[in-house]
Amino acid sequence: MVQRRLIPSYIFLIIACFFSVFPLYWMITAATNDTVDVARGKIWFGSHAMENFQKLIQSQDLGKSMGNSFLYAIVQTVLCLLICSIAGYGFELYHDKGKDRLFSILLLAMMVPQVATMIPLFKMISRMGMLNSVAGFILPAISTPFMIMMFRQNSRNFPPDILEAARMDGLSELAIFFRMYMPVMKSTYAAAAVISFMNAWNSYLWPKVVMTDNRAQTMPMLIANLAGGYTIDYGLLMMGVLFCSIPTMVVFFVLQKQFAEGITGAVK
Amino acid sequence: MPRIRLCLRWGEIEEFSNAKALKGGNALQKGNIEAKQGRAGWAFVTPATVMIFIMSFYPMVEAFITSFRTGSSAAMKWANPFSFNYTRMFQDKVFVTSIGNTFLYLIIQVPIMLVLAILLAQILNNRHLMAKGWFRTMIFLPCATSLVSYALIFKSLFSTNGLINSFLVNLHILSEPYNFLGHPASAKIVIILALIWRWTGYNMVFYLAGLQNIDYAVYEAAKIDGASSWTTFWSITVPLLRPTIVMTFIMSINGTLQLFDESVNLTNGGPANSTITMSHYIYNNSFGTGVANFGYASAMAFLVFIMVAVLAFINIKVGDTRD
Repeated sequence: MVQRRLIPSYIFLIIACFFSVFPLYWMITAATNDTVDVARGKIWFGSHAMENFQKLIQSQDLGKSMGNSFLYAIVQTVLCLLICSIAGYGFELYHDKGKDRLFSILLLAMMVPQVATMIPLFKMISRMGMLNSVAGFILPAISTPFMIMMFRQNSRNFPPDILEAARMDGLSELAIFFRMYMPVMKSTYAAAAVISFMNAWNSYLWPKVVMTDNRAQTMPMLIANLAGGYTIDYGLLMMGVLFCSIPTMVVFFVLQKQFAEGITGAVK
Repeated sequence: MPRIRLCLRWGEIEEFSNAKALKGGNALQKGNIEAKQGRAGWAFVTPATVMIFIMSFYPMVEAFITSFRTGSSAAMKWANPFSFNYTRMFQDKVFVTSIGNTFLYLIIQVPIMLVLAILLAQILNNRHLMAKGWFRTMIFLPCATSLVSYALIFKSLFSTNGLINSFLVNLHILSEPYNFLGHPASAKIVIILALIWRWTGYNMVFYLAGLQNIDYAVYEAAKIDGASSWTTFWSITVPLLRPTIVMTFIMSINGTLQLFDESVNLTNGGPANSTITMSHYIYNNSFGTGVANFGYASAMAFLVFIMVAVLAFINIKVGDTRD
């Protein structure tokens, strides 16, 4: 039964939903139309999907860029989770005055803008010969204050009794982390993984700086190239945008709860 | 008799010393364990700490030093006068425009977006609302697109032969297509619309999480007392969400001051640099098509850092009610 008092709310929500979904719906339909139909304002599915796809793989190395993006994002996510979770665990369960102070210093890194560090980091990475490599992509992003904070906050839910019991059983400190902490904190890991993957997949400024070779380029770089010319083939462009969005969309729909938890995870 | 006594005493002594030894050993062992745990704790936080120092703090220091140097990347020398890069940027018309643009986006977009986000969260927090999950998912959906993707979607939608133009022409609102991205004012509006589209749902999630911590009985009580939803919103939701609001404000300011993807891909800073953001201009001066000037770019980047820090500080001070 729809309450009468709520009708304005529904109207407002429906309008808001229309505006938030429509551009994405349009992107998907445009990917199936040729550029003439798109320009004519067609907002229904067409029959040019295959043609757009073929033009896309002819003009760009789609497979390579998809592969690169997956590789960078997965390696970054795994390492980031490992380094930041063990740090969050250390900062919370082994906390003392020194570590608390160190943690508040690390938080200052949140205010450091990317444009300020990109020049020194570029010099550093190129001196180490890591341009166009996975290492060059991930190194600046595998330890972030946000992730450490997220694991630190969530470690409060880790029962200290488990820690004591595991110590009684003679487990080493590192073994406790891997065998006790990781399984218990599964949901935090899932949320962190979603956020980390999304950030890595979507990053644009840093790859643009460090991936100087076309063969090392990521999906966001590829679609930006598609829109770079004087005449834009909209069907082709939206096909590229669609490919760039599929992984993040899948993650979004399958792991929406973890995504929402991941965003707000550090502030609970 | 004395002998036995002595023996007993010996035994006591022995026992005593044994106990002492045992106790001492225990303390030693315990100390060892504590030291081991202390070392483990530090070992756990070391990799992350080292990485942040190498990848954030050290580059920041280097950027600060570089900001006093000039010349191309191969042959850099100290700027003469020393603060040349810093005085130069305020005479640089494009950089001044980029500061203006960034603050325009900040002042117009952030409040609209946050108010919308709180409103939507407030509506979705109503227990009697149906299909809540569906509404939430759809409003949250734009967050699933990458920044480059949505910039290109909006670029296509608002292009001269894009959907918005054909729609407006078909409805006879416009007699001929308008080049939205070719005029400074309308291009800025498109960027602001795009930003609102992408980030409202993101911020709404924070408010929904915040609202869940507010006892729903407070709202029921307000309803019984006859408070309108407007009053409820301003006198219950906003004050109780204050910490969340401050946090989203800081994040939005931080994000807006560093806008890059949208400026590059939606308008490419154009027409004639009228929509360029600070980060975009800094990029152009270091890795873009123009002449690379790492010193000047670093100086401008350092100004961005100071702005982020100052605005975050003001926000925390304003939001802090424990005085």
